[in-house]
Amino acid sequence: MEQVNAIELIGITKRFGPVVANDNVSMVLKRGEILSLLGENGSGKTTLMNMLSGIYFPDEGEIHVKGQPVTIASPKDAFACGIGMIHQHFKLVDVFTATENVVLGLEEEGRLDLKAAAGKIREICDKYGFVIDPEKKVYDMSVSEKQTVEIIKVLYRGADILILDEPTAVLTPQETDRLFDVMRNMKADGKALIIITHKLHEVMDVSDRVAVLRKGRYIGDVATKDTTPQKLTDMMVGRTTTLNINRPEPKDPTPRLEVKNLTIHDAMGVKRVDNVTFTAMGGEILGIAGVAGSGQKELLEAVAGLQIIDAGASIEYRAIGDEEKEAVQLVGKTPRQIKEAGVALAFVPEDRLGMGLVGSLGMTGNMLLRSYRRGHGLFTDRKQPEELAEHIKEELEVVTPNTSYPVRRLSGGNVQKVLVGREIAQDPSVLMTAYAVRGLDINTSYTIYNLLTEEKMKGVAVIYVGEDLDVLLELSDRIMVLCGGQVSGIVDARTTTKEEIGLLMTKFNKEVAQDE
Amino acid sequence: MSNLKQGHEPLLRIVKRSSIHRPTAYAIRVAAVLLSLLVSGLFIFAVTKLNPVEVYKAMFAGAFGTARRSWVTIRDAMMLLCIGVGLAPAFKMRFWNVGAEGQVLIGGIVTAGLMRALGNTLPTPVLLALMAAVSLAAGCVWGIIPAAFKAYWHTNETLFTLMMNYVAIQLTSYCVALWENPKGSNSVGVINQATKGGWFPELFGQAYSLNVILVLALAIGMYLYLSFSKHGYEITVVGDSENTARYAGISVKKVTIRTMALSGAICGLAGFIAVSGASHTISTSTAGGRGFTAIIVAWLAQFNSFIMILISFLLVFLQKGAIQIASQFNLNDYASDVITGIILFFILGSEFFINYRIILRRKEHEHK
Amino acid sequence: MSVAQFVQLFQSAIVFGTVIMFGAVGEILTEKSGNLNLGVPGIMYLGGIAGLATAFFYESGTANPNPVLCVLLPFAAAFAAAALGGLLYSFLTITLRANQNVTGLTLTIFGNGLANFFGGSLNGMAGGVGQISVTATSAAYRTTIPGLSAFSVGKIPVGNLIFGYGFMVYLAIAISVALSFFLNRSRKGLNLRAVGENPGTADAAGINVIRNKYLATCIGAGISGLGGLYYTMDYIKGTWTTDSTIEALGWLAVALVIFATWKPVNAVWGAYLFGLLYWMFLYIPGLTRSSMELFKMLPYLVTIAVLIFTALRKKRENQPPAGLGLPYFREER
Repeated sequence: MEQVNAIELIGITKRFGPVVANDNVSMVLKRGEILSLLGENGSGKTTLMNMLSGIYFPDEGEIHVKGQPVTIASPKDAFACGIGMIHQHFKLVDVFTATENVVLGLEEEGRLDLKAAAGKIREICDKYGFVIDPEKKVYDMSVSEKQTVEIIKVLYRGADILILDEPTAVLTPQETDRLFDVMRNMKADGKALIIITHKLHEVMDVSDRVAVLRKGRYIGDVATKDTTPQKLTDMMVGRTTTLNINRPEPKDPTPRLEVKNLTIHDAMGVKRVDNVTFTAMGGEILGIAGVAGSGQKELLEAVAGLQIIDAGASIEYRAIGDEEKEAVQLVGKTPRQIKEAGVALAFVPEDRLGMGLVGSLGMTGNMLLRSYRRGHGLFTDRKQPEELAEHIKEELEVVTPNTSYPVRRLSGGNVQKVLVGREIAQDPSVLMTAYAVRGLDINTSYTIYNLLTEEKMKGVAVIYVGEDLDVLLELSDRIMVLCGGQVSGIVDARTTTKEEIGLLMTKFNKEVAQDE
Repeated sequence: MSNLKQGHEPLLRIVKRSSIHRPTAYAIRVAAVLLSLLVSGLFIFAVTKLNPVEVYKAMFAGAFGTARRSWVTIRDAMMLLCIGVGLAPAFKMRFWNVGAEGQVLIGGIVTAGLMRALGNTLPTPVLLALMAAVSLAAGCVWGIIPAAFKAYWHTNETLFTLMMNYVAIQLTSYCVALWENPKGSNSVGVINQATKGGWFPELFGQAYSLNVILVLALAIGMYLYLSFSKHGYEITVVGDSENTARYAGISVKKVTIRTMALSGAICGLAGFIAVSGASHTISTSTAGGRGFTAIIVAWLAQFNSFIMILISFLLVFLQKGAIQIASQFNLNDYASDVITGIILFFILGSEFFINYRIILRRKEHEHK
Repeated sequence: MSVAQFVQLFQSAIVFGTVIMFGAVGEILTEKSGNLNLGVPGIMYLGGIAGLATAFFYESGTANPNPVLCVLLPFAAAFAAAALGGLLYSFLTITLRANQNVTGLTLTIFGNGLANFFGGSLNGMAGGVGQISVTATSAAYRTTIPGLSAFSVGKIPVGNLIFGYGFMVYLAIAISVALSFFLNRSRKGLNLRAVGENPGTADAAGINVIRNKYLATCIGAGISGLGGLYYTMDYIKGTWTTDSTIEALGWLAVALVIFATWKPVNAVWGAYLFGLLYWMFLYIPGLTRSSMELFKMLPYLVTIAVLIFTALRKKRENQPPAGLGLPYFREER
């Protein structure tokens, strides 16, 4: 039999409103190979794969599976084609055992025989080298075990085309190696695999071929043995594009926020931030780079008093004009205590409506969030917030019918303007932003960049957590790179390169991988 | 919605409305009420073969036919409103206080107890103040218990408050048996019938003036509290997103307990008004299901005091009207619950059309 | 306590328990799909009145009522009426996305009203309050297995204790056990539990969430409605009293669901335990009439204790279905 492609995508385009997530993508997956799908955050990797797994339906283009044109409108259709996808967010029922999760939704003949199913699961485990107890409940499982269940779920349904969406993002290096062994076993068994990742060393380690997406476009593919991380980085990030963000020189940098030995474990006991030490200077923008989930969120929340911090850490704050005074220690303070200690800290969190704003209230109501305690006696003072809301509406050109219109109903860009506007209006000495331009159009993004730069020139220490390296390079004065919760480097944004940051972003994973 | 066929987009798509004009929203609600009255009319016609218009006329007569009827209607609407006002802060915080029935009863029990014990020794104004204070405290305790368990251990508040109702009901039965008068009647009888000790005094020549004044004051106070006070603001934030509350430095635990203390206290006070200001006795039906009906009042009004006044009157009007047609046409006065149910079903269903739009497939392509 | 008293207590506990067992087991099925239906009391009312009305019209329309039809017609009517109540709830909460708690409470008001309205009217037709009586049907419902119930060991009438009830007592147990098997051992049961735990996951696994919720809620309501039927036919022997007893029993059924930690088999012994707790006051010497009322508080206090205890213990198997009370619809992008 001649070699038939496992999957062939022809001219796939997918739009979400005005955003083109995938633009005329054509690519091929062969049988018995591991293909890496490489690209930066937001390059359209997951969207493309979701069209194979039946989550989205392409606007244009054709999908061929094993040489046949197919229509994939639901996850069921995908299974029927032998395609199984392991999502980043696990779809498991916590109180079920591994076996129950695996057989969930199957329409097999006969009565439910969990023993037989468990037997079949053990067979799959033996065949590919998994280790899992079929009777174990999901809530007792580690992240890696849950992932194993997801993979078995797909194999149990007889999938021979597997898509793994950033499977290593949540794994330790050892677990990653084990996963790669399993993937190699599956490949040897004739299955076709796609692994979505943006970690170059993993690409080099596990895949046969690499396909690269950039900003929704298919850039090309190369055999792994013919390429190097350097070449892949070039393909992935493209030539450095000039954004023309105005970046004045830092204005007399003075320490505003000194973080020392910050370590955070989450509720599950996993280390999220690992001994982080840095200083944010007033009058400059400190960019923070790193792959998603490297501890950015926890770091910012810790400064804001929203995280439980391990003993031994210190976060010292100095307000503008208080350079000579003793610094304020933020560790051990609740958000309210921080505020009452007179700390002018502004924070634009990643989850705008879920953490930064009150969706059901209008602009005025949201302005109150930072100031409602100021009113006289029992009642809130609405006059100032109302003025502030009007001011922000005008200044930042927020599109809203009026200042009492629920912000939940505003568009993403307007929501962010409200949030950033309010935070800046506090006259902060430290301004932290997480993914401040995610999902925003170009104009709004530039509005935000300019606001941050204005703050910087007022002597504020601006911390900008971002995902677009081009922006980080042009906006920041210094860039701190996080990797696995640790600081893998702090570089001068004016002299560094995208490549250097890209390598720092995966530094520790790589070292571990090389050690073994 | 989930009947996706291969290759086809679903025929109907449901899309959240990004905005709706207020008039449209009200038109939908009014349409729902009219439709429900039509269905209720059909129901009445089906069981009685009476002209529904005549029936509605009779209902109106039942609610407002005489001055006395009007005052009873007002009194009962105030009662329902009072409980609704009590529930509003809890529900605004997304705390499912299904326990108003019990909170009212507890307030009623302590009121009746004090009335029996001190009715003929303390002057009425002092006694009224004392009863009000103690019933507030009792309801407060009844509200804090489930709130504290929710705040610290995440017990399910809907089920917890529901059970607290029945604990209160049995406590009421206990007191009724204890205070039985006359013996063997299985009721407490009218307390201080002769002396009227601890009864609401007549104001402006009306027995229920004080009820109206108290409850309207509470309703307006609650409106101000929820809309303009710092506490009210915190309640809104906690109800919207606990994460945002933490971000803003609001202690979710503290707000939960404080708000339920307030909610329980007002419901307890409603018990005081029910006993001291209306029935002058206590029984397991002192709350009479109003603790549940008030949930619907508060929810449908979206916690706005003024809309709560309207809905309370609508529901009590229906009840009184139905009782009237029951006696006039020899029916059973439970018809009022049937009609109430029908109207509420329609109003509940109408919210969907306010929040969502239904798009046919073909239309949707035009939109693109 | 004498043997006779013990037998009496035991039997009243079982009869009482059976009413709430139906209510609770139906509600367990409903809640397993993630729907918290607080309309149980209303649904039990609907079942009770539909059964009674059917029996009344059948008996008054037939000279010699056939015992089999006497059982079947009201049974079917009760189940259907209650299931319709469930359908109404489902339509409002699932399709129209109305709030579950508010809809459930409204259903309770509605069911209470409808049942007592017609119950009162039937009483009127039969010649006054408390006059209605469907003797043939009630007798059919209370028929015990001849022979078996006479059997006794020593002084203890074991046969009467175990076999001295109408068929619905055993049906309730059978339904509980069957539901337990369905939920834990069958493919459809597994899928249903997934819907209640995590509808998003169930949806992704190709399970029709809407269909499962509708079916579970309607069938669950039907089963709860049988509790109302049993109440009218056996507990109060084929009559109707316009009061709020069914409502109180309905809430007790909701309590039993919590007590049973959402496991149908626990609901069986839990129901009888509630029955014992409820009637125990009659057999404890030295109680005054008032302290008896305090005793009746026990089932609710025990339920609160269970609620607290399970929350403190955090054992995952004893928690409510994770998606209970939450609306589900697939987000559009």
